[in-house]
Amino acid sequence: MIKELEEVVDVPCVHICTVVPISLTVGANRIDPAVAIPHPLGNPALSPEDEFSLRRKIVEKALQALCTDVSEQTVF
Amino acid sequence: MAGIRVVHYINQFFAGIGGEEKADTKPFKKEGVVGPGSALQAAFGEEMTIVGTVICGDTYFNENLDTVIPEIIKMIAGFNPQVFIAGPAFNAGRYGVACGAVCEAVARQLKIPVITGMYEENPGADMYKKSAYIIKTGNSAAKMRQAIPAMAKLALKLGKSEAIGTPEEEGYLPKGIRINIWYEKRGSARAVDMLIKKLRGEAFQTEYPMPVFDRVTPRPALKDLSKAKIALVTSGGIVPKGNPDRIESSSASKFGTYDLTGFDDLTAATHETAHGGYDPVYANQDPDRVLPVDVMRVLEKEGVIGSLHNTYYATVGNGTSVANAKKYAHAIGLELKEAGVDGIILTST
Repeated sequence: MIKELEEVVDVPCVHICTVVPISLTVGANRIDPAVAIPHPLGNPALSPEDEFSLRRKIVEKALQALCTDVSEQTVF
Repeated sequence: MAGIRVVHYINQFFAGIGGEEKADTKPFKKEGVVGPGSALQAAFGEEMTIVGTVICGDTYFNENLDTVIPEIIKMIAGFNPQVFIAGPAFNAGRYGVACGAVCEAVARQLKIPVITGMYEENPGADMYKKSAYIIKTGNSAAKMRQAIPAMAKLALKLGKSEAIGTPEEEGYLPKGIRINIWYEKRGSARAVDMLIKKLRGEAFQTEYPMPVFDRVTPRPALKDLSKAKIALVTSGGIVPKGNPDRIESSSASKFGTYDLTGFDDLTAATHETAHGGYDPVYANQDPDRVLPVDVMRVLEKEGVIGSLHNTYYATVGNGTSVANAKKYAHAIGLELKEAGVDGIILTST
């Protein structure tokens, strides 16, 4: 999906995912590692405030990836 | 029991422990056969014996790659095997990665033949086809009866150090190994034969298939994030409560297009996951854990991003074929292009 989106929309795309090796095999150019398979952008063990700031950090990293030029597959 | 000693690796599902709710099961070992091991053992007859089975939950494995592999290798080595078999994993992505990764580590560290079984589109197949014999299987456990005899046959050959045939003969995915063969005709004559067949429109088989590099050129970075419209797409199955489009929990036949206008936060009351390939408890409690709408809205208000595109797209990436994933992404892409988005975040579980 990530490759087709980048190709069709012609804008930078970032893949937030937990199993980075799969994303690398699939061919995503910008990869932002996530927390866990059932909760990539959260951690139920944290308080709601801490969980929100964890999620914010992951999203900020994804946005930073979109703002970074890459010449090959890059894990941020 | 005599015969060649085999150790088998399976996941929590095939061990009969449970489904996604047990996917965080830590690795453990058992003497003898468990689950599909009994069918393998029946196919081996007296010549090979499954002396032990190692079991691990798929989620636990994939979230702890660095620590889990040495742990599993230790358990396998304890059985002192001569051949190692994993799976078959069919089209289960995390299970396929686990089978492949364990095979690779066993081959490297214990220096014994390794074999597994997968559907061609399983991500684990591409990742590990050079490290292990991967028997081509159907895409679901319904094809177990076809998979077992092929795996058992190749395992017996490997165990007895017999010559292994070509990928076509044995049914495994090409490992990228080239073997010298004597031909009657020299290369130039064979090339001309092939060319003539091609010109006649007849079937011919290349002696050197070119690798397919299916890569996409990375697009240039965003110039000004504070003016950018960012879209969210997910393969994690987040849908409005009640799953109005009835997106299937596995092998999804469609994607959904959903409005985010007025949503500052996804909650258990408004959204849920339709995905059947991971434990849905956490995503159902707070769908932002998969589709971070709450954070995107805050970043929008703070002016960090220009705006969050008010439509998001979702499908279920569980057992979905590559061809379908590409088709859905193509359709989604055309809409996002029309909408003039500047960047896309895809989240996967």
